[in-house]
Amino acid sequence: MAMMLEIALQGVQMFLVVLVAPLMFGVTRKVKARLLRRIGPPLIQPYRDLWKLMHKEAVLAHNASWVYRVAPYAAFAAIWVAAALVPTFATDLLFSWSADLIALVALLGCARFILALAGMDVGTAFGGIGASREMMIASLAEPAMLLVAFAVALVAGTTQLSTIAAIFVNVPVGLRVSLGLALFAFVFVAIAENARVPIDNPATHLELTMVHEAMVLEYSGRHLAMIEAAAAVKLVLYFSLVACLFFPFGMATTEKSALAIALGLATYLAKILVMAVLLPIGETSVAKMRVFRYPVFLGGAFAAGALAVFLLFVSKGF
Amino acid sequence: MSPLAFDIAHLLAGGMLVLSFLLLYQDRITAVLNVFALQAIALSLSVAWQAVVQDAPHLIVTALIALVVKGLIIPGALHRIVRRLEIHREVEQVIGGGPTMLTGLGLVALSILLVQPVKQDVGILTREDLAFALAVILLGLLMMITRRNAVTQIVGFMSLENGLVLAATGARGMPLVVEFSVAFSILVAFIVFGVFLFRIRERFDSVDVGALDRFRGERRDQR
Repeated sequence: MAMMLEIALQGVQMFLVVLVAPLMFGVTRKVKARLLRRIGPPLIQPYRDLWKLMHKEAVLAHNASWVYRVAPYAAFAAIWVAAALVPTFATDLLFSWSADLIALVALLGCARFILALAGMDVGTAFGGIGASREMMIASLAEPAMLLVAFAVALVAGTTQLSTIAAIFVNVPVGLRVSLGLALFAFVFVAIAENARVPIDNPATHLELTMVHEAMVLEYSGRHLAMIEAAAAVKLVLYFSLVACLFFPFGMATTEKSALAIALGLATYLAKILVMAVLLPIGETSVAKMRVFRYPVFLGGAFAAGALAVFLLFVSKGF
Repeated sequence: MSPLAFDIAHLLAGGMLVLSFLLLYQDRITAVLNVFALQAIALSLSVAWQAVVQDAPHLIVTALIALVVKGLIIPGALHRIVRRLEIHREVEQVIGGGPTMLTGLGLVALSILLVQPVKQDVGILTREDLAFALAVILLGLLMMITRRNAVTQIVGFMSLENGLVLAATGARGMPLVVEFSVAFSILVAFIVFGVFLFRIRERFDSVDVGALDRFRGERRDQR
């Protein structure tokens, strides 16, 4: 019976992130539209889009290889696994032992690699330029992300997400400059990785500015549906990571009573909803950057992450 | 000392170091001046917190001097100078932003390594303040040598002085006489800098110190 409950809880966690992801996408779109004084699509529009794309014919280029056909599913799978591992409403679930921060970075790296490969597979100019830019951004964002992981791991003493969250909920860690800096660096990385405004614009199809959209431009039908779903799940993954690492209050940690789990679910949904509202507000207040400014933007994130690690070395005592 | 007191001191001193990095990161003169004013405010908060923690009321005076002189008067005057010289556009750097930041990170690591051997005798707070202060001083120096514009070099100098005050207050406070004389010498230095700026500008129609290279002793170009 206890085993069944464990499996059920892990299942809830796995399907929650996928089911809630398009809704969060809808919220960001809606808020952004309202900020620009437009009405915006209804909140469930992303679900309808996915439904529509699933039923459309998938058009393939003549010279597309199997890589091109497999890539959307593989990328979605990698991102889904990563998102299902991040603790959302409770820690210590059945598969929590495998939720390592560094493994998570590796899973996301895999998904990105697969998509970049698919972007270059057909051999059009857009796919190539998109893939090369995506790789450039990744090569700048990943070191910053790893430094954030190290900073958090130095505070908590482990890189395992579930344990980190449990420690941050139960043990007061005090006012930490390092965690603030790590949060700052992490937000920068998340913006870059999710192709949001100062780096990339998810709504544009203007040739010179596209990064992610250029890479997946050739896709249609069910393949495109998988890619869009993967993008939405990735956004929710980063939201849950911020919630889990920096604002873990309300999570069900030791006792798994119905009340604790309900509370955990409610606070989790509230947290990601707040972030889904804050993201477009941030996006509308800045302008898109030139490609050559990306290293400066992500270099700032890297510097903040490195400072966070250094400050921890100072304050931990030598 | 209670953990909360330590955490707040850590927050303020760490904030100063972060602002030093922001100074290096900015590429507009007005933004540089604003960040400098913020750093002075962080310094005065940090010193005031030390006054509370160490129970040393004279440090409050130090904090007030830092707030008024370096948080208000000097940034205000620099803003006026920048507006009168019409140079509020981009900051010219000798080396690019990325390498500067990397060098800065290296300097922070260096100062932490330098303070590391200081083991017993002093509290953890003193040691930490010393590490932060050394890093702020080195970053101020870095800012002075990587900028071509005389105004940003002055800001680098002033932020270096912020680091000195932080170091002095961390080490059981400093005598008020010393603090006053340092504050006044900073003001005098600032006035000299101001006059100097207008002289450079009058002579060369720019405040880029690269123009001074021609008049150095070794006579690099004989044009």
